[in-house]
Amino acid sequence: MKNNGSKSIPLKTLLPKCPTGIQGLDEITGGGLPRGRPTLVCGGAGCGKTLLAAEFLVRGATQFGEPGVLMAFEETEKELKANVASLGFDLEGLVRRKMIVIDYVRVERSEVQESGEYDLEGLFVRLGHAIAAIGAQRVVLDTLEVLFASLPNEAILRSELRRLFRWLKDKGVTAVITAERGRESMTRHGLEEYVSDCVILLDHRINDQIATRHLRVVKYRGALHGTNEFPFLIGDEGISVLPITSLSLNHKVSDERIATGIPRLDAMLGGRGFFRGSSILLTGTPGTGKTIVSANFAQAAARRGERVLFFSFEESPDQIIRNMHSIGLRLEPLVKRGLLRFHSARPSLYGLEMHLARMFKEITTFKPHVVIIDPITSLMDSGTESEGKGMVTRLVDYLKAGQVTSLFTSLTQGGHALQQSEAAMSSLMDSWLLLQDFEGNGERNRVLYVLKARGMAHSNQIREFLISDRGVDLVDAYIGPSGVLTGSARAAQEALEKAAGLSSQQEAARRKRELERKREVIERQINGLRSDYESETMELRRVDEQVGTSTLMLTTERTASGILRHADAKVAVHARNRARNGKVKS
Amino acid sequence: MKAMKSPKPKSTRRLRPALKQSPASHPEGKCILRLFVAGATVRSRQAILRVRELCAAELKDHCQLEVIDIYQQPGLARENQIVATPTLIVEFPPPLRRFIGNLANISGLFVELDLVKKVRITP
Repeated sequence: MKNNGSKSIPLKTLLPKCPTGIQGLDEITGGGLPRGRPTLVCGGAGCGKTLLAAEFLVRGATQFGEPGVLMAFEETEKELKANVASLGFDLEGLVRRKMIVIDYVRVERSEVQESGEYDLEGLFVRLGHAIAAIGAQRVVLDTLEVLFASLPNEAILRSELRRLFRWLKDKGVTAVITAERGRESMTRHGLEEYVSDCVILLDHRINDQIATRHLRVVKYRGALHGTNEFPFLIGDEGISVLPITSLSLNHKVSDERIATGIPRLDAMLGGRGFFRGSSILLTGTPGTGKTIVSANFAQAAARRGERVLFFSFEESPDQIIRNMHSIGLRLEPLVKRGLLRFHSARPSLYGLEMHLARMFKEITTFKPHVVIIDPITSLMDSGTESEGKGMVTRLVDYLKAGQVTSLFTSLTQGGHALQQSEAAMSSLMDSWLLLQDFEGNGERNRVLYVLKARGMAHSNQIREFLISDRGVDLVDAYIGPSGVLTGSARAAQEALEKAAGLSSQQEAARRKRELERKREVIERQINGLRSDYESETMELRRVDEQVGTSTLMLTTERTASGILRHADAKVAVHARNRARNGKVKS
Repeated sequence: MKAMKSPKPKSTRRLRPALKQSPASHPEGKCILRLFVAGATVRSRQAILRVRELCAAELKDHCQLEVIDIYQQPGLARENQIVATPTLIVEFPPPLRRFIGNLANISGLFVELDLVKKVRITP
């Protein structure tokens, strides 16, 4: 929780804070409890007041090097040690190393008799002695109100308590005072009127048979703080408070894209898959292949060498591995290499908060790149609707802050797959895939849509989702005048189209052949005509030559006869030639 | 006030085993009284004065009184489970009882110590 980007409250206030080290509490209070001042922790029985106080001391001693004094009025030292040992706190060792002093104050009403005026100097001296012995900076008084039950004369007690809180402030120790919750006021004996700096209210409520603890910072003088009620839980590592909403939405985003393990799906998502660190919702009716898509995604990530954490709330790890084997996904080598880790639990095993805490714990220890939750809906069913949504919000925030890509599958009941609850959850998600059954022709076929994918171009097309023993594939569904066809109807339609294509091909070939023949015929005709034309040309030339020869012969004859007659035929010939040339020139 | 039971704290030193005694008679063993005060305040002085008067007037040599200033010995305050001051612990005869306050009203102490005569001590 420390690094989830929600500590955006500006720490410019001058009030020094004392970090508690308790998960989440320091974020709500913007750094911890007011240093050097008393803080009141009140709540009913079984709220975890003592535990919170004890954790404050133990973490102070172990993480911040601040020794502490625990003044217990209800439990003996031995009991306390045993109680917090269940949270993994070694109180015994801390006492031995002089980091913590436990002083059990026993006031037995039956053996005490008032015989005049008194003060609580004994308590002061003991506390002062313990603080001085180890140089304590933290003090816990658990539960001071026991004094009201065991000591007479309330007026004296009240004035002494007022003095005690003043004295604690003067000592400069950060004190936590626990108190039972009263019917009308915050505490049974009105301790809140003495402690005015910080009041934390714990509460334990039961909704639908599931008990959830809540924490609220009622008052924090001089500092900003989260005022909401925050669920918290007591796990095996102490208290963790889980802010429902991180105080801001300022997590870093990545431009890196990661493949889904299904190439066609990547293609639908702009060709490169999802953004790293985004949250993906996979909605589907039963048996549409949600787990298969998840497993593909997991395998793809693990093959890239990323760590994948798979939370399964329906199937055991072995069952998932076996089932995925049947479609050709081999997950067990990835499990063996430590890249893929399964975490299976029945949703009804414990409450929502506990689930969330365990998931957080797994995530913080394994530090995965990809988290898969299959299915989130069965987990949400174990709480109320608002709690469920709150849980998903926190989970998404937490994962996004850590740049962890998350895939949530969501089971919808029959009918139309888009339901209202989905709409509520989907607004948290960056991408939303929908797997759906398509019923028709006596069969059910799976189809996949990309409903939304923030920040990337994505396909608006329906794809048929095929599962075979070689894995999964997406194929184009047939979309034609008769609607969307899938499965055997698509296959039949495809065959039909293939046949039609074939026949049209044959038709084209036939036409081509015919045209070819026609062309050949014409070509032959052209050749015939050309040979006719050539013979005509030859004839024409021959006629020309004949004419020329006969003219020449005629001329020669005339010249010869002219010579014979000595006529002036030469002159006449010249004159005729001249006249012809002039005509041509003009 | 009726003392029902007295789980004695472990830390309290028991000087000798409880002797059998009849409730009406004077205690056979010595009374062991420890008075815890915090500094020399008016209340402390009043308490010390009164318990000394009581011892002198009633218990005489049957009384062993110890006055402890918890400022001087803070460890003893924890050991003896002192919360309020002044506190007079009647350690013997059992059961253990604590009287808190400046002992302005010690009639209860008379009953507890089985002082039959009930001589009034001047305040």
